[in-house]
Amino acid sequence: MKEFFNMGGYALYVWGSFGMTALLMLAEPLLVRSRRKATLRRVSILVRGKQAQRSASTSTNTSGDFK
Amino acid sequence: MSSNKFNWFKFSSPATFYPLAGKMVPWFSGIAVILIFIGLYMGFFVAPTDYKQGEGYRIIFVHVPASWMSMFIYLVMAFWAILGLVFNTRVSGMMVQALAPTGAMFTFLALWTGAFWGKPMWGTWWVWDARLTSELILFFLYIGYIALHSSIDDNRRADRASAILVLVGVVNIPIIYYSVKWWNTLHQGASVSVKSGSSMASTMLLAMLIMALGFWAYSIAVSLARVRSVILERERDTYWVSELAEIKR
Repeated sequence: MKEFFNMGGYALYVWGSFGMTALLMLAEPLLVRSRRKATLRRVSILVRGKQAQRSASTSTNTSGDFK
Repeated sequence: MSSNKFNWFKFSSPATFYPLAGKMVPWFSGIAVILIFIGLYMGFFVAPTDYKQGEGYRIIFVHVPASWMSMFIYLVMAFWAILGLVFNTRVSGMMVQALAPTGAMFTFLALWTGAFWGKPMWGTWWVWDARLTSELILFFLYIGYIALHSSIDDNRRADRASAILVLVGVVNIPIIYYSVKWWNTLHQGASVSVKSGSSMASTMLLAMLIMALGFWAYSIAVSLARVRSVILERERDTYWVSELAEIKR
């Protein structure tokens, strides 16, 4: 076991390479997931806001011109 | 007659591409996890110790797949960039946008693992060698694409301007690939080539190829997952987005 982690004296280089690769390839999907959550939140707020605005403007539209 | 043909343009519409991408993400994620797991097992426990480089050579199992992906993703970006310029399809620009961060990450990893391999074998983290320098330029091209695209507010104009940058940068890919032939470099020649086959032990080669396929599936999964966010952001004013279950909820 100890021998395995020692990598024949190349431990720093082998684990430095695999470690950075693992770090980035685990971090990227997490970043993509958090971006998706943020996007869903933002877009649904925008869509809801627009719908609310539309229904408000049609209900208070008493000027007679239909938009 | 033409109605019998499969209409590829159907998927150039964000409204049809978005659910398709969503269906493909879990499949490619699963394939990526399985292949990378098998590749790591083979790379560490099945592949023999190298007679020259000892255990240090095992860096190859991340270095080569990451380097291949760094170049391959750029070519895929160029492919989408051409489609976008020629057919003016909206999904093309979105795909280029979604691929760039993953490509930049793999380029960084190719440079990083290369440095961690160069230090014990060549005695230096970095040299201004043709292979290393052209790969660094590839990293700058990715960064340049991302910076250029985000500096233009109008997405469609950003797509077009940055597509040209991507296409001009394609000239760098054969330079990277052939750099070890064209110049005397410290970097070793190709371990696997179409003409002369492989110069590696078969289990080493197999482990490396499995890792490469795993990275490939990973890239597809991540970029398709990312393009879904890009699509939502850029199509937020459309009716189909406002009717999505995940938006209405």
